[in-house]
Amino acid sequence: MDLSLPRLFPDSGPLDERDRALVRAVQGGLPLVPRPYAAVAAAAGMSEAEVIARLRRLAAEGVIRRLGVVVRHRELGYTANAMVVWDVPDDRVAGLGRCLARYPFVTLCYRRPRRPPAWPYNLFCMIHGRSREGVLAQVEQLVRECGLDALPRAVLFSRRRFKQRGAWYGGDARDAG
Amino acid sequence: MLDETDRAIINGTQGGFPVCERPYAGLAARLGLDEAELLERLQRLLDDGVLDRFGPLYRAEAMGGAVTLAAMAVPAERFDEVARFVNGYPEVAHNYRRDHDLNMWFVVASDRPRRVKQVLAAIEAATGLKVYNMPRRREFHLGLRLEA
Repeated sequence: MDLSLPRLFPDSGPLDERDRALVRAVQGGLPLVPRPYAAVAAAAGMSEAEVIARLRRLAAEGVIRRLGVVVRHRELGYTANAMVVWDVPDDRVAGLGRCLARYPFVTLCYRRPRRPPAWPYNLFCMIHGRSREGVLAQVEQLVRECGLDALPRAVLFSRRRFKQRGAWYGGDARDAG
Repeated sequence: MLDETDRAIINGTQGGFPVCERPYAGLAARLGLDEAELLERLQRLLDDGVLDRFGPLYRAEAMGGAVTLAAMAVPAERFDEVARFVNGYPEVAHNYRRDHDLNMWFVVASDRPRRVKQVLAAIEAATGLKVYNMPRRREFHLGLRLEA
């Protein structure tokens, strides 16, 4: 990876160019060596101390949500991946979203805009389970315990995963265009 | 398959990882392993495809960027072709085929705010298919954590 030529990012956010170089250098994973940040430092053209200080700052600022293992859930046996969605009256979204988020098997829960007529749903959650039957039973539990039975819903199981990895941040060849 | 130590490593590192000179040594001590064994096991979990990587999850908005969920209704006979095109963008984080008229669902993220909309517009223009943009309005929970 060529990090020697600084690029201009006219709409770049709070990151400076050295942050960006670091974001690029670690996004594919940390080296599995006793001093990984020293190895990153060599690749990114900075000192180990600077890498550590910058990563700590990026974590404190929330740019790094977390650092650790990123699992492939299918390979862990979580083969039933469902996006479960409801059409919830706007004034009830906050309360119902908080109710769904309390269940440990709900791994993400967001309010999103409806796109009628193709898409009438505005409350989304993800459930990763080991079987479709298990996931459907969990959906029934949510419906019952959060009082969602009267609301239109859909359960979208994934049929095939085409791509699962982090987005590539910090620029690549396409940035020239 | 995974043994108990592998599971302990996966479950013990989904929550976070220290940023210090010898992070694996500290983690190994917490798990009752030595550093070399932890590194070997992590390498094997990567080689076996159980782990996608050992590294950071970024938050695009905190970088001043943007992230969204997008969906398309792709005719079955065009699905592979459209998936290849969409997945060719480095900004596309993951892409799933799901059971619905809107059958392709993918996340687009960039550290540059305008780039997400550019990618969606480019996909629409190239495929002739409508791209439904559904950015999150509010988050009720975060942190995908799966027990191994």
